Amino acid sequence: MVNSIKTNEFKYESEKLGMMYFRVAAVLLGAQLLMGLIAAIQFLYPNFLFEIFDFSVARMVHINALVVWMLYAMIGSVYLLLPSETGIETIGVGIGKLLFWILTAAVTVVVLVYIFVQIGAGTEASIWFINEGREYLEAPRWADIGIVVVVLGFLFNVYATAIKGERTGVMTVMMANLLALAGLYLAGMFFTDNITVDQYWWWWVIHLWVEATWEVYVATIAAWALMQIIGARRQIVEMWLWIEVAMLFGSGILGLGHHYFWIGTPEYWWEIGALFSALEPVPLVAMFVHVLYDWGKESGSQGGKATLANSPAFAWITANAFGNFLGAGVWGFFHTLPQVNIYTHGTQFTSSHGHLAFWGAYATILIGMFYMGIQRAHGVKKMQMTFSTKMAFALLNIGMLGMTVALLISGYGQVLIERAQMGATWEGFFVSQNATWFLQGMGWRLVMGAVMLVGFIYLVLDILTIGKNAKLKEVAKA
Amino acid sequence: MEERPTSVWSSNRFWQRSAAWVTGFSAMLLIWLTFDTGAQIAMGTDADLQNGVTKRVPAPTVINYKITYEMSDRRGHEVPIIGEKEPFFGKEWSVEEAADLLHLGKLTSQSKNCMNCHTLLGNGAYYAPDLTKAWLDPAWSEEGPYLGMTGKETKEEAMAEFLMHPSTYPTHARMMPDLQITEDEAIGLVAFLKHMSSIDTNGFPRNFGRMQGAIHGK
Repeated sequence: MVNSIKTNEFKYESEKLGMMYFRVAAVLLGAQLLMGLIAAIQFLYPNFLFEIFDFSVARMVHINALVVWMLYAMIGSVYLLLPSETGIETIGVGIGKLLFWILTAAVTVVVLVYIFVQIGAGTEASIWFINEGREYLEAPRWADIGIVVVVLGFLFNVYATAIKGERTGVMTVMMANLLALAGLYLAGMFFTDNITVDQYWWWWVIHLWVEATWEVYVATIAAWALMQIIGARRQIVEMWLWIEVAMLFGSGILGLGHHYFWIGTPEYWWEIGALFSALEPVPLVAMFVHVLYDWGKESGSQGGKATLANSPAFAWITANAFGNFLGAGVWGFFHTLPQVNIYTHGTQFTSSHGHLAFWGAYATILIGMFYMGIQRAHGVKKMQMTFSTKMAFALLNIGMLGMTVALLISGYGQVLIERAQMGATWEGFFVSQNATWFLQGMGWRLVMGAVMLVGFIYLVLDILTIGKNAKLKEVAKA
Repeated sequence: MEERPTSVWSSNRFWQRSAAWVTGFSAMLLIWLTFDTGAQIAMGTDADLQNGVTKRVPAPTVINYKITYEMSDRRGHEVPIIGEKEPFFGKEWSVEEAADLLHLGKLTSQSKNCMNCHTLLGNGAYYAPDLTKAWLDPAWSEEGPYLGMTGKETKEEAMAEFLMHPSTYPTHARMMPDLQITEDEAIGLVAFLKHMSSIDTNGFPRNFGRMQGAIHGK
């Protein structure tokens, strides 16, 4: 991607801004993998970096890098697709670039404070300036406010552009969904002494992001990418998109109930959470069918031959269709009913599901969008997979699947020993953590994490070179 | 751009409207349920405790009472039971003192990043034990190993001592790091843990402390 700075073939500044976001996203993905490896080592060798870089720090940076790289890639993807959907340059793209640098500076400061200051005293000042200590939303309050300002600027750009330019179905969904996505962040920006109230609103942000608005976001960019890559008809793609929005929000909004089983909230959430979260896999099946059906049926339907304009991106979007269904759908469903969840809640079961769901539902398609950006950066008409693309694709996906299965096996061990056998006590926890089968699972998780790191190195190699090489080939042919 | 649909089922307009209605209806239902739940999870008052009124989240002064976790035949799972008064760090805490203490404890739990190793109400990381009912854990009872280890007379003092110097009490290979927790913060954290154990979590965790390897927590 460094080369894309030199060979700038963008038609629009907005696309260039999208690539700026992608570059930071890719770096943060690398940081996430490194932090994950440290945490995975600590599960097996608890003395590793003890009282220097503790598990809590590695884990905090691991999940924050995850959230931030995905938000970067999501904003980047919007800037990338805006001109092609609206037909005009993004309004306020200059402000967009300024906001990009402000956000990146803020993220850098936050991460440095996480790594070097780590924790503070039990005061309000710590919450404002060091970390908020709430999983996924650790960003200190000053950064929260900064994020709100940057996102307001981003929303202004999107709305102004879509209102002035052509308004497609894709853009209508995008606008409504981004507003909800951004607004939900506000639900996580207050302090309360009541831990139940705290977690009630905390889940509004986390759940209504990853099981509602982020999923709709993915459906939206998948719709755009299908039109770009296989030339699917807008009519078909947008119809699917509306059906998916209805099903995703119809199941996902009240599916929130499955987080309200055990945090002090009333018992009626058992029924609501069970019913609606059991429906959550349905739209994921639909999205899966959509991608594969269109691939077979819609390829080249707008004239021209049935070819893939960008096979690396398409491979990752297909991985998304599988991964979203498997990770979010299947892995989510099998511990979502309260009868099961009372035993599995807060064990490695959750972490197994979390890994495959974030990877399958989000990481895959966002990596696909990196390739869409590179194609535009170099003005390549048809981009094809290289050896590195295939290695990255295979190693990253196999690594993640292996890790998920390993964590699941550890999770089974933990649930049976700690929860079923020993009644969820302190002692029960440690007996389960030292059980041979638990540790074997953790060992395989580390191995598979290392496989992913090698895959990531191939990915970086590929995104640095694929665009330039493809362009050189096309020029040589012509 | 829209082609003439052959049926309502392939009409984008139909699906667009369906999406809007389904989303709007779900959102309204969620907001309505939030009002109901909000009222039920608001913290109770000291008067509730004195009058034996059960609240899902009791007042901070619950730290002045003995808490147990017992099977309710009516509800089919365990519920926290608030019993007679007992001293907490050797005294009874006033309404104001208890509220300040819980505030300090909750703030400390966040600023020390507890949630990225432990789970609270089952949410967090999975590297260290769940703290939902830690106050009731048999390991910290009079029969458990931790009172003796810290050389303290009461559960609350033993917990505070452990929190201040965790790595001097290596209970397992996986240790808690020293987080520079002061004595005041430690007392606040123990109050936060005791308060959390009194929250009605619909029976999570199930069969807590009733199985082999764990002596019953009363």
